[in-house]
Amino acid sequence: MANFFDFLLSADFLFYVFGGVAIGSAIALVTRKSPVASLLFMVATLASLAGVYVLFEAHFLAAIQIIVYAGAIMVLFLFVIMLLNLGHDYQKDLKGGAWAIVAFVVAGGLAGVLAQQFKGTEALPIYQNAQGPEVIDALLASQGAVGAIAHPLFSDYVVAFELTGILLLVAIVGALALAKRRV
Amino acid sequence: MLTEALVLSAFLFAVGTFGFLVRRNAIIMFLCIELQLNAVNLSFVAFSRYLGIEGQLYVFFVMTVAAAEAAVGLAIIISIFRHFETVNVNNFNLLKW
Repeated sequence: MANFFDFLLSADFLFYVFGGVAIGSAIALVTRKSPVASLLFMVATLASLAGVYVLFEAHFLAAIQIIVYAGAIMVLFLFVIMLLNLGHDYQKDLKGGAWAIVAFVVAGGLAGVLAQQFKGTEALPIYQNAQGPEVIDALLASQGAVGAIAHPLFSDYVVAFELTGILLLVAIVGALALAKRRV
Repeated sequence: MLTEALVLSAFLFAVGTFGFLVRRNAIIMFLCIELQLNAVNLSFVAFSRYLGIEGQLYVFFVMTVAAAEAAVGLAIIISIFRHFETVNVNNFNLLKW
C-alpha cells in the first residue's frame, strides 16, 4: 500500500495528471460556446501548468503563474466579458466546414513537426555538456527559489528588467488612452 | 520527463493555433494567444531544468509582456465593441477590400 501512495505522489505520475488536465481543459477552452466557460477552462489550464512548473522545480514561477496569470490577467479578461455583457452571447462563433478542416490540418501539422523535433531531445549534443538538474538543485538549495531567479535578474539581466518596467508603463498609458471615451 | 513536457507544450501550442483559427470571438482568440504563450513558457521551464536558470528568467519576461499585451488588447476590444456593438471579428471588415 505504501508503494501505491509513493507512486501516486511520484513526479512522473503527477506530471501525467497535470498534463492530462491541461490538455483536457485546453480542448474545452477552444470548444465551449460561452466565453465565461472558456475563460474558466483557461484558468484550469494555467493552474495545472503551475503544477507542472513545480515538478520542474520552478517554484517561484508556479507562484506567479497562479497569482499574476490566473489571478490578475484572467480576472481582467473576466471583467471585460462582464463589462461587455458577453456572458449570455451563445451565438455560434466556430467557423465551420472547410475552414475548420484547414485549421485542423495546420494545427495538426504544426504539432507533428514540433513533436518530431523533440524526439530524442536528450541525446542532442547540447545536453552532453549541459549542467544538468543537479546544478540547478544546488543553486536552489543555496539561494532559495526566489534568490536563484532574483540574483541574475538584478545583475546580468538588469537592463531587460528596467525595460520591462518601461513596457508596463507604456501599456498602462496605452490602455487608458484607448479605453477612454473621448480622446 | 523533458521529452514529455516538450510534447505537451507542442500539443498546447497546436490547440492554441487551432482555436485562434476557428473561433470568431475576439476575446477567445485572445485567450488562445495566451495559451500559445503558456505552451512556450512550459518548454522554457522544461529546458531550464537541464540548461540553467536563465530559462525561468525568460518565462518571467514573457509573463510581463503577456500582461502588457492583455491590457492593451482588451482596451482595443472595448473600443471596438463601443463602435460595432459586437466582438465577432467577422464584422470588423473595414480594412478588407
